[in-house]
Amino acid sequence: MAKITYIDSTGASRTAEGDTGATVMEIAIRNNIPGIEAECGGACACATCHVYVDEAWRAKTGEPSPMEEDMLDFGHDVRPNSRLSCQIKITPELDGLVVTTPERQA
Amino acid sequence: MSEPIKTDVLIIGAGPVGLFAVFELGLLDMKTHLVDILDKIGGQCAELYPEKPIYDIPALPKVSAQGLVDALMEQIKPFGPTFHLNEMVTAVERIGDPLFRITTDAGKIFEAKVVVIGAGGGSFQPKRPPIPGIEAYEAQSVHYAVRKMDQFKGKKLLVVGGGDSALDWTLNLAPLASHLTLVHRRAEFRAAPDSVNKMMKLVEEKKIALVLGQVSGLEGAGGKLSAAVVKGNDGAAVNIACDAMLPFFGLTMKLGPVANWGIKLQDELIPVDTEKFETSVPGIFAIGDINTYPGKLKLILSGFHEAALMAQKAHRYVYPDKKLTFQYTTSSTSLQKKLGVN
Repeated sequence: MAKITYIDSTGASRTAEGDTGATVMEIAIRNNIPGIEAECGGACACATCHVYVDEAWRAKTGEPSPMEEDMLDFGHDVRPNSRLSCQIKITPELDGLVVTTPERQA
Repeated sequence: MSEPIKTDVLIIGAGPVGLFAVFELGLLDMKTHLVDILDKIGGQCAELYPEKPIYDIPALPKVSAQGLVDALMEQIKPFGPTFHLNEMVTAVERIGDPLFRITTDAGKIFEAKVVVIGAGGGSFQPKRPPIPGIEAYEAQSVHYAVRKMDQFKGKKLLVVGGGDSALDWTLNLAPLASHLTLVHRRAEFRAAPDSVNKMMKLVEEKKIALVLGQVSGLEGAGGKLSAAVVKGNDGAAVNIACDAMLPFFGLTMKLGPVANWGIKLQDELIPVDTEKFETSVPGIFAIGDINTYPGKLKLILSGFHEAALMAQKAHRYVYPDKKLTFQYTTSSTSLQKKLGVN
């Protein structure tokens, strides 16, 4: 189990728990976290689960794959710490991860 | 007006469920034509995730989405369906009992006894980029497709995106435009390397400008664009003067014209019964992800089941005087003959 904190664009914070192996997107959807749409259901085929990874966690979540970078082209206000949350799989060391959702999804 | 194409069944959507419907209808001697807005067969499987493995198709422990489409094409080969790709069905009118006149945006007209809507998540349409206020400019200055190149002659153009559409139109419109700027988020492009090289050459020759960044706002008045605000990757914003913007941000699915055909809808889906999968209009069926009923699961396998039951009822419309006997492909010589295996 890992705790993930989602902060929305207004600064409101929500924490949810998920199993190792689940994605940050799946945990958000299962817990009705607003700000993540996941239109394609996790196929890395849209950019509607876009999040900003808290700087302190960037090394642990790693960098987007080339395919994910391609999809990020469709995101809104993409930044160096942008990721698609369907591509971040929970590992024990991501317990406590903090992500922020953008003002709008693509 | 062209001569209508006559067919037993017109299927809207060439995704996996539409393809399997060809099989089930074919076994019952019904001829099919399929119309799809995409330029390829396979729907979401081919457009969104061709390489992704699917694990829940019965008897296929693991199959790529494109592999599934290819296998379905092999399976329906004996029935020789006709595909009309790159076309969107715009109108379906009831002209008989039942007989429908179906019109596409390419001006093609069909006459079919039965219509099957297998349109999945709806029709793929260009995606509106998440730029605040973009809607106001869509009538005059923002274009998601190029219909006539001439309309951009002598204009200051802004092309946004890094895929094949963005690059192709950059190359095609550069000679016509008075000035062209290509805006993309990063230095890597998804487009074919050859197009990227050609584009870079135009940049070197100072025939076009390339700006790395994201469009964060638009300026103009009365629906006419005058400039776009581009936030560079260093965080600094620059204004780029332009008369027209062409954003290429991929495709999204929208219900589209289905809403205008007089069929009852519920939350952007088509309610059907679970015996025949028929809509509120007799003779029009809906199968696959686009339909809804109590207990509906949006799985490809559910769509296959729906196609089989739909075909039974469709048969009664197409052959009102013929009695339908239930047969198995394993034992029926007449079915095997249709499949070309006997």
